[in-house]
Amino acid sequence: MIPVRHAVTASTEKIIQPIEPTIMSSSDMTIHLKIWRQKNAESKGRFETYTLDNVNEHMSFLEMLDVLNEELIENGDDPVEFDYDCREGICGSCNLVINGRAHGPKHMTAVCQLHMRNYSDGDTVVIEPARAAAFPVIKDLVVDRSAFDRIIEAGGYVSVKTGSAPEANLIPVPQKKANQAFDYATCIGCGACVAACPNSSASLFTGAKIGHLNKLPQGQPEKQQRVLSMVAQMEKEGFGDCSNYAECEAVCPVGISISAIAEMRREYLKALFDN
Amino acid sequence: MPSFIEAAQSQVGRKILTGITGLLLVFFIIFHLAGNLTIFGDADAMNRYSMILHNLGWPLWIARIGLILVFAIHAYIGISIWWQKRKARPEEYDVYSSKGGPSKQSLSSRSMAFTGVILLIFLFFHINTFALGDTETVIIDGQEASDLKTLVIETFQNPLYAFGYTFVMILLGAHLGHGIWSSFTSLTMKSKKLSSSIYSIGVILAVVLALAFIFIPLYIFFTGGCGGLISGYDCV
Repeated sequence: MIPVRHAVTASTEKIIQPIEPTIMSSSDMTIHLKIWRQKNAESKGRFETYTLDNVNEHMSFLEMLDVLNEELIENGDDPVEFDYDCREGICGSCNLVINGRAHGPKHMTAVCQLHMRNYSDGDTVVIEPARAAAFPVIKDLVVDRSAFDRIIEAGGYVSVKTGSAPEANLIPVPQKKANQAFDYATCIGCGACVAACPNSSASLFTGAKIGHLNKLPQGQPEKQQRVLSMVAQMEKEGFGDCSNYAECEAVCPVGISISAIAEMRREYLKALFDN
Repeated sequence: MPSFIEAAQSQVGRKILTGITGLLLVFFIIFHLAGNLTIFGDADAMNRYSMILHNLGWPLWIARIGLILVFAIHAYIGISIWWQKRKARPEEYDVYSSKGGPSKQSLSSRSMAFTGVILLIFLFFHINTFALGDTETVIIDGQEASDLKTLVIETFQNPLYAFGYTFVMILLGAHLGHGIWSSFTSLTMKSKKLSSSIYSIGVILAVVLALAFIFIPLYIFFTGGCGGLISGYDCV
């Protein structure tokens, strides 16, 4: 028995050896950045190049930009303006076009969830704002996405009984419909679909919002007016037509399928022919 | 509530109309190819086919007017989508690339406007060459008919026509490679499984149609119309 106990002790000792955090062993990378700088909406923008020598592979992309901005501020330069909020991939603020791809190289990943380990030492990274007439640049990488808010506003209201909170199971929603509605409801309105679409179409965003609301029993009386108004507003904002490139689905950080666009077209046709 | 015309001009309406007209044009192309292949039938097959079509009378005119309308709507919407795209992104990206995965961006899908415009221009030359071309008169089943077959063979003996047609038919294949699947998607196809099957079928159909169209001019050019597959042409 003794040898066995000895063996157990030995292996336990081995297990409790402190594990050296990998962060300490990772080496810093040099990253060359080519970033769109634009003073304000009226001025003409241009690319500026920067080199960061201390980029850790565990940094998120936005943390890398934070490091750049610290250096710029220390040198008395204007920091690079970019949008962010939650840094958890759920708010949709941080849409940047990185090396020509909205939200960078990874599928179903927002910029804030992208890590520098996806890049190699010496890489050049080009960062541009989402480019669309409907998303005018406010400053540097920040664009005005209030066109999306106006599409939502055009959707109007949903008639519900006000007063005390309704009983949770009062209105049953079939499981399949609830799942579909939830899939579309995951749209975080980041605008990557517009940024990546060769036509700058907002069809995926509008389709997801219409699909989400029209699947649920609440708001059924308004569903026809909703789809007609939202489609009209989408066009009024100056977004392009959908050419079924499906690039929007590829860049969507929450993976919304282009079936949302088919949903929008179906609902539009139904609204048209029911009247 | 938009009127029908307003709805047809909306982004959703435009796409649905492009899908419907696109599919109608695919049917027309298949029908046209079947007609072309009569060149490999018996000596009079192609001229008989052309004579039967011409003798149809008013239904032929309805088909012609319908086709012109379908082509016009498809082309008009296609060009307007391209125009709106330019307005919707006045400043292009310095670097742009597709993320792959579910994306359907390809040389075929990105060149739809270019291939479409070339096909439209080609259509005028094509009608001028064959539908309005000078033909001899032949007697088929006791009736006078145009000798379309000789016109086709003599046209494709010219390398400019043979290779020009081949080039345009490659563009047609590229246009259909994205177009067939896109038509179904525009017509609200939602199922992922169906979508990937239609995409594959669309690409295969596009390749088969293009190859079949290309085979005729190249076969005539390289055999001078005297190959074993064509009968009844006086080779001298």
